[in-house]
Amino acid sequence: MFEGYSLAELGSIFAMQGFAGLILFSVFVLMALGLAIIFGQMGVINMAHGEFMILGAYVTYLCSTFISSYAPALFPVYFFIAMALAFVASGALGMLVEWAMIRFLYRRPLDTLLATWGLSLILQQVFRSVFGAREVGVVLPDWLMGSVAVTGTIEVPINGLFVMALTTAITVAIYAVMFRSRWGQGVRAVMQNRVMAGAVGINTEKVDRYTFGLGCGIAGVAGSAFTMVGSTGPTSGQLYIVDTFLVVVFGGAQSLIGTIASAFTISQAQSTMEFFLSGSTAKVLTLLTVVVILMLRPQGLFVLKVRR
Amino acid sequence: MLSVNQLRVSYGESEVLHGLDFAVAPNEIVAIMGRNGMGKTTLMKSLMGIVPARSGAIRIGETEITGLKSYERVAKGVAYVPQGRMIFPTMTVQENIETGLTVHGGRSVPGDLYELFPVLLEMKGRRGGNLSGGQQQQLAIARALATKPKVLLLDEPTEGIQPSIIREMARTLRRIRDEKGLSIIVSEQVLSFALDIADRVLVIENGEIVHEDSRDAIDEAKVARLLSV
Repeated sequence: MFEGYSLAELGSIFAMQGFAGLILFSVFVLMALGLAIIFGQMGVINMAHGEFMILGAYVTYLCSTFISSYAPALFPVYFFIAMALAFVASGALGMLVEWAMIRFLYRRPLDTLLATWGLSLILQQVFRSVFGAREVGVVLPDWLMGSVAVTGTIEVPINGLFVMALTTAITVAIYAVMFRSRWGQGVRAVMQNRVMAGAVGINTEKVDRYTFGLGCGIAGVAGSAFTMVGSTGPTSGQLYIVDTFLVVVFGGAQSLIGTIASAFTISQAQSTMEFFLSGSTAKVLTLLTVVVILMLRPQGLFVLKVRR
Repeated sequence: MLSVNQLRVSYGESEVLHGLDFAVAPNEIVAIMGRNGMGKTTLMKSLMGIVPARSGAIRIGETEITGLKSYERVAKGVAYVPQGRMIFPTMTVQENIETGLTVHGGRSVPGDLYELFPVLLEMKGRRGGNLSGGQQQQLAIARALATKPKVLLLDEPTEGIQPSIIREMARTLRRIRDEKGLSIIVSEQVLSFALDIADRVLVIENGEIVHEDSRDAIDEAKVARLLSV
């Protein structure tokens, strides 16, 4: 598959595909973080997670349209406003969904699977009715356009760098919240033993609601980031949800580091192989590798070793 | 301090506790004894709000807590050390104790807890799941005490723990009672441990209290007979 390329060309291809992979990695990480928090905390497999991401993308789209026509002065920074709004919108919807639906289905994993899948179909149709079936894209402000030429043959897009910086910041923030704050301690306690967490005085229902909201809110931010690298349609979320599950399972459901490492591996493998092979062959190879590794390490890449 | 009136608890259609009545005075240690399957753990769980009561009333002082959720009961002064300890395995010892501070909003672990359990101070950075059984038991008690309880519930604290540590635990529990002035209810199968710490012994059989003795006047042979299989 490498014939016809010189060594220097190959180097550039790997570098640029690797970078494209990093952008994919960023979206994966943001999606998977939300999913892993929700899954690890409540055992809820949220099939509608992709739609929460797309909600964030549509919010970003609306924000960009609105600001470019009514407040063009703000346009250069509209992205930050959009991200905050996307977080709030997806987070609020997530809390509503938890309150109205999920909390009745705890300890019934198959039912939550079906219910959230149904929710994803409903949301898709809502998007289609409101925004139309055609995909929409956002206009990026000038400072995010263009690319940095590293060498003659390697060019790195600025929006990609921005997305990566954003992902890093959010990951650090989540780490701090989960492992350094009292609230995160409560979340982890509920994750490990819901009944006992209640019996030491933690309001588990409140923790559940906010955690679900947080996970969905992060998906919304992922959607915001997503608008820079892809166009948004009602069913775009579907394309990402399977990969995201793959990332979560591969990384080990309760480990933040594992999630990050597995997102990195999978996105890099996909992105590099896609250049040389067809997209579906690349996917098959990735899946096969993941299956083999999971057979050897059923708990995922990173597991905390303690006595149970 | 704690009073239970006509408490009935059932799992689905099968009633497990058939109208229990008892009270625990401030500063008193009561041991609830009984063989396996007689309702000790169910009683503990229903006092903590993990299993709902079908009817009857549970009160802390004058406050009725029967319908409250677990975390609300913690705020009213009930703390719980479950059977099997159930510490949070991937959290450190210190974090485990800190979860107990949620109700009263304290920032750091009170020093007297580490004074009671010096081994926990030594191991405060270690993951709870990597402690030995006896250390986990101490951690579970420290975590419960961090909620500043008025009534401490211990469900079979001696299960799976070596005899020398059991004696040590009895001493510690009495010391906790004396220093903090709280009431303790402990469910137990080991008679010697119960006699070591309790002021009063209740024997529960098939969901009813069938025997009650204060420690000084205890009919040891009769209790032993009730506990034998």
